[in-house]
Amino acid sequence: MAIIRDGMAPFDLYQPTSIEDALSLANRLGADAWVLAGGLDSLERFKDRIKRPKAVIDLGNIDELRGVRREGEDLVIGSMTTLTEVSLHPEIRARFALLAEAAGEVASPQIRNQGTIGGNISQDTRCWYYRGGWDCYRAGGGTCYAGESLEGQNREHAIFGAEGCVAVTPSDTAPALVALEARLVIRNAGGRREVAVDDYFVGPGSDITRLNVLKAGDLLTEIRLPATWAGATFYFEKVHDRPVWDFPLVNIATAMHLSGERIDRSRFVLGAVAARPWRLPRVEAAVAGSLRNAVADSASRIAAEGAVPLKNNGYKMALARNLVKRAILGKRES
Amino acid sequence: MDTFTVENIRPGGMTRRQFIKSVIAAGAVSSSGLLFSGPAGAGPKTSPGAVERLITLAVNGQQRRVDVMPQETLAQTLRGKLGLTGLKIGCDRGECGACTVLVDDVPMYACSILTHSVRGKNILTIEGLARPDGGLHPLQQGVLDEQGFQCGYCAPGFLMATLGYLKTNPDPTRQELAHGVSGNICRCQDYDKILTALMRGAEYMRKG
Repeated sequence: MAIIRDGMAPFDLYQPTSIEDALSLANRLGADAWVLAGGLDSLERFKDRIKRPKAVIDLGNIDELRGVRREGEDLVIGSMTTLTEVSLHPEIRARFALLAEAAGEVASPQIRNQGTIGGNISQDTRCWYYRGGWDCYRAGGGTCYAGESLEGQNREHAIFGAEGCVAVTPSDTAPALVALEARLVIRNAGGRREVAVDDYFVGPGSDITRLNVLKAGDLLTEIRLPATWAGATFYFEKVHDRPVWDFPLVNIATAMHLSGERIDRSRFVLGAVAARPWRLPRVEAAVAGSLRNAVADSASRIAAEGAVPLKNNGYKMALARNLVKRAILGKRES
Repeated sequence: MDTFTVENIRPGGMTRRQFIKSVIAAGAVSSSGLLFSGPAGAGPKTSPGAVERLITLAVNGQQRRVDVMPQETLAQTLRGKLGLTGLKIGCDRGECGACTVLVDDVPMYACSILTHSVRGKNILTIEGLARPDGGLHPLQQGVLDEQGFQCGYCAPGFLMATLGYLKTNPDPTRQELAHGVSGNICRCQDYDKILTALMRGAEYMRKG
């Protein structure tokens, strides 16, 4: 009997208009509730019946979750601010162009018009075994079809940090936020906590079933950009099969503080190579205090150190090296 | 039950087209149970933020009363209940653009947004472009003059995406417009002529 996959299964829909109401709903409904941001990642899986929540809490009517404002030296971005708004915002473009560029590279214009910064960094992985409803480790089952099966198709999967699961983060904005040392505000009925972006994303070694620390009842409300990297020298590049829609094969987001051509401090972050945005601390150490041109070759050679490629994704190591070199030099052709 | 049969969505032996026409004729308020199977969604709710099913949508300048299930997409409501079949369902996954409509002047994929999420917003579909006297919108005239499309299935989505993009950049270069409509796919691979036609339409719009 064929399964109809076009209509979604019924759910109760809640559209609170304040954070307080959303928190009380999330607290009351607990694990039965699915928190909906832009909805593009969610609705696809509802239609496929891979996820069948009893209740959906749509955050779209909560005005206080949208918009960009200055608080002291911090730039505060509401989690429901759309990717289009992030990519066009004058102050983000002026001080944190890395994030504006990354947001502008996501998917397609319509998706950027609807998709949100909070949803983009919190979306689930694209591993098709997992998304297709297979009972893999991430779904609570007992194997990894992409990584452990001889026939596993893993061209898009992880080269770093895979422990059991080889799925990768699909986000373009997450590596940018890691490079910018963002801080994320999470609220629940019990209160408010601020998490360093490095601690927001979760690898399979610590929890194989989730990509970030959000638990039932939690809402990501704000993304705060400190002045630390404002106006730095940035580089973002996304390598993907198609120029629109596609998720990254590998992307890179870097921030460098330069004195002339000398690199004082830097953050190098790759996306789509691990379950979480993958920092390259050895590259950061290697370039510190060096001239860009002088260090580009040697530092890029160590970009893929420690990588464990799968059957079909060894090319990601070469991509990582080349992207790091381009980022150091600040130009596409190298 | 995950599944339902074709008979459920074609009650009384009507064809789908006949059925949709009858729904439209009936004012489309009491028929949702025929279009979709399964439990009847949410009952009355008292929690803050729980949605009512009978809502008013602002579509093409009209206020339309319609019964909308919580899990219903805007594409389902517009096509199945309000008779606005200009927007097409290509992929139903936000990957083709054929369902593009404007929500408060912003292009969005109607297949990938819940109808309840656009309450209180102004929705514009391809049916809303022509003047009441039937005169074509300048963008439509440009497409007609240049014969931009081959099969035309993607055309409503392309036109709405273009209209939304032109609101942010009324005088784009060909390259800029190509980027502006990059969220729409044409299976006929007719992009060159489509862009020529849309550029012509943009020119007509600037001339007023």
